Amino acid sequence: MGKHTLSVLVENQPGVLSRVAGLFSRRGFNIDSLAVGVTEDPEVSRITIVVDGDEYVVEQVSKQLNKLIDVIKIKQLESFDSVSRELALIKVNADTATRSEIIQVVGIFRANIVDVSKNTLTIEISGGTDKVAALEDMLKQYGIKEIVRTGTIAIERGNKYIKAKNNDKE
Amino acid sequence: MGKNIAKGCIDMKITGAQAIVKALEHENVDTIFGYPGATICPFYDALIDSQIRHILTRHEQGAAHAANGYARASGRVGVCVVTSGPGATNTITGIATAYMDSIPMVVITGQVSSDLIGRDVFQEADITGATAPFVKHSYLVKSAKDLPRIVKEAFYIASTGRPGPVLIDIPVDIQNCEIKFEYKDNVDIRGYKPNLKGHSLQIKRVADAIMKAKRPVICAGGGMLRSDATEEFLELVEKCNIPVTPTLMGIGVLPSDHELNLGMLGSHGVYAANYAINNADLVIILGARVGDRAMSKPNQVAKKAKIVHIDIDPAEIGKNIEVSIPVVGDLKQILKELNTFVNKSEANEWVEELKRKKKEHSVKINPKGTSDYVNPKYLLSILAEMVDKDTIVTTEVGQNQIWAANNFVARRPGSFITSGGMGTMGYGLPAAIGAKTACPDSKVICISGDGSFQMSMQELGTMKQNKIGVKVLIFNNYRLGMVRELQKVRHCSRYTQVFLDENPDFVGIFKAYGFEGQTITNNKDIKKALKKMLEDDKPYLLECIVDPEESTL
Repeated sequence: MGKHTLSVLVENQPGVLSRVAGLFSRRGFNIDSLAVGVTEDPEVSRITIVVDGDEYVVEQVSKQLNKLIDVIKIKQLESFDSVSRELALIKVNADTATRSEIIQVVGIFRANIVDVSKNTLTIEISGGTDKVAALEDMLKQYGIKEIVRTGTIAIERGNKYIKAKNNDKE
Repeated sequence: MGKNIAKGCIDMKITGAQAIVKALEHENVDTIFGYPGATICPFYDALIDSQIRHILTRHEQGAAHAANGYARASGRVGVCVVTSGPGATNTITGIATAYMDSIPMVVITGQVSSDLIGRDVFQEADITGATAPFVKHSYLVKSAKDLPRIVKEAFYIASTGRPGPVLIDIPVDIQNCEIKFEYKDNVDIRGYKPNLKGHSLQIKRVADAIMKAKRPVICAGGGMLRSDATEEFLELVEKCNIPVTPTLMGIGVLPSDHELNLGMLGSHGVYAANYAINNADLVIILGARVGDRAMSKPNQVAKKAKIVHIDIDPAEIGKNIEVSIPVVGDLKQILKELNTFVNKSEANEWVEELKRKKKEHSVKINPKGTSDYVNPKYLLSILAEMVDKDTIVTTEVGQNQIWAANNFVARRPGSFITSGGMGTMGYGLPAAIGAKTACPDSKVICISGDGSFQMSMQELGTMKQNKIGVKVLIFNNYRLGMVRELQKVRHCSRYTQVFLDENPDFVGIFKAYGFEGQTITNNKDIKKALKKMLEDDKPYLLECIVDPEESTL
């Protein structure tokens, strides 16, 4: 078992996301996270899916996704050869006694404070899953009121890139 | 159409509905099966002016199954048309049945007006959403100008690669829009490029494996029929002397009475076939997906034998069995290439052994054994002797299906039509209607049970109205026989909900439609009754009273 990141280029059309998501539930695959957004080509969206499973599962996920007509291309990204990020917004209790302490922690994580009130701070953090989890862990002691996070997005390092143009599905 | 011709000649604009009809004509569709309703009315209006034959079924599910039967008998894409809401949802079982068996089908559904979608108006159903798990692809048409392209793509997707059903959901306002009709010859979908040509190096490895094998066996599935690879297959099998076991979907790929055909494999298959699979040193899987009913423990097979898997769908490779030599591509092309690399294998001894096993374990039928019942296995073997090779048999699901699979002799591809993957009761009769429509010169016989028949018997009306001469054989044991057998074996004979003792007078039902029929209760009447059934081309029922204790195998 383990986490695997798949980059999936799809037609930017309504219904595509539900087809992709539906396939996971139907075939009994587990999604850790899913993030979708349009690419440099407005007709193409890129879905980043983190799958929890062994090699068999990842192979089946890729092959079944490839069967969807709207899926243009799939690539599995290796963690050592790609950069991945997620974004979280964390609202934490902060009064005059704890505020400066929290600001210090935020500074260490190179996160940003995006909103402040008399008794809360809202922090924006982006990074790998571990980093976000670590900050969350540090902030727990002050009382977290709310967390919202995106799915992981990932891109390959170096000169490699995934394009819809060359037709062969990988 | 008349009014549009009058006013529209200059800019040549036609309605969306007319565009759909025209697109169907471009796809050489000659027959569609359907059922009208409010949101598909513009299409039906446009259809009046077309040569396309429309067959009105008595239930939308029947229309979908009939399109399926038509596709399987003709080798072309089956088309069914229904209205929105319940019309569309009634086709779902038919769509799922086609999906599981990889049958090329285009389903056109009416939809409520675009501006009303999502408001739960009368007869609105999200049919693209509801069918997502069992369509190869679907479209919800947003703009009338897309219609020609979408219909073109739908037929292309349904019939190429691994075939399957494609659904087009068309809001009623889109059908009424006016567009300029342009029909392209080619299709370019960047996310859909089926790989047809097998990897040559892999094909050579398969040839190598065949030449080295001492105990090879071929498991041939429905993909062989979809790929129309029968000729190449026969050459391979006879040249190399390799025994064959078809899956339920593969029946007909090699004549059932061919000396190298062991019979169907699997939980409802024959001994020789399963013996071969379990003792082989090379198992060649062609166009089959290693379903649980065919191989319950595939990885035990893989431990003993080298596995070759050839399929058009890469997702099937490695899904259910570990494969030593995978080849992805079209079977017809691959077998053609494979045939150039192979010679007679060293399997002589093995083939002789299997022939002996087949003989030893063939079901011995004693036609004089019972006097109060018809033996269905005996009847089917007699039927096989009496019909010509063009005859098409469809089955329902249950004991009748397995009796037919193991005892009828399918002599050519497409002559045995059954719901394999889904096991859909109520499939056989509408599928027979579709098959008879596709092949009017063939005798088409629906082999049915008393349970299954009652799931689609309203389609007798379709036969009557459209003069479709399907013959129906009902094996009536007044039981849901296969479930009863399951309860007997697995649930200590605690029978429940399998009794159909209040069955209607089936012959009487046929007579109500103006058809003939008779009931037999004895083996000695079989030949005479079958002769009567087969003597003309009119609908006919032969009801056979069968012992409830008669076993499936």
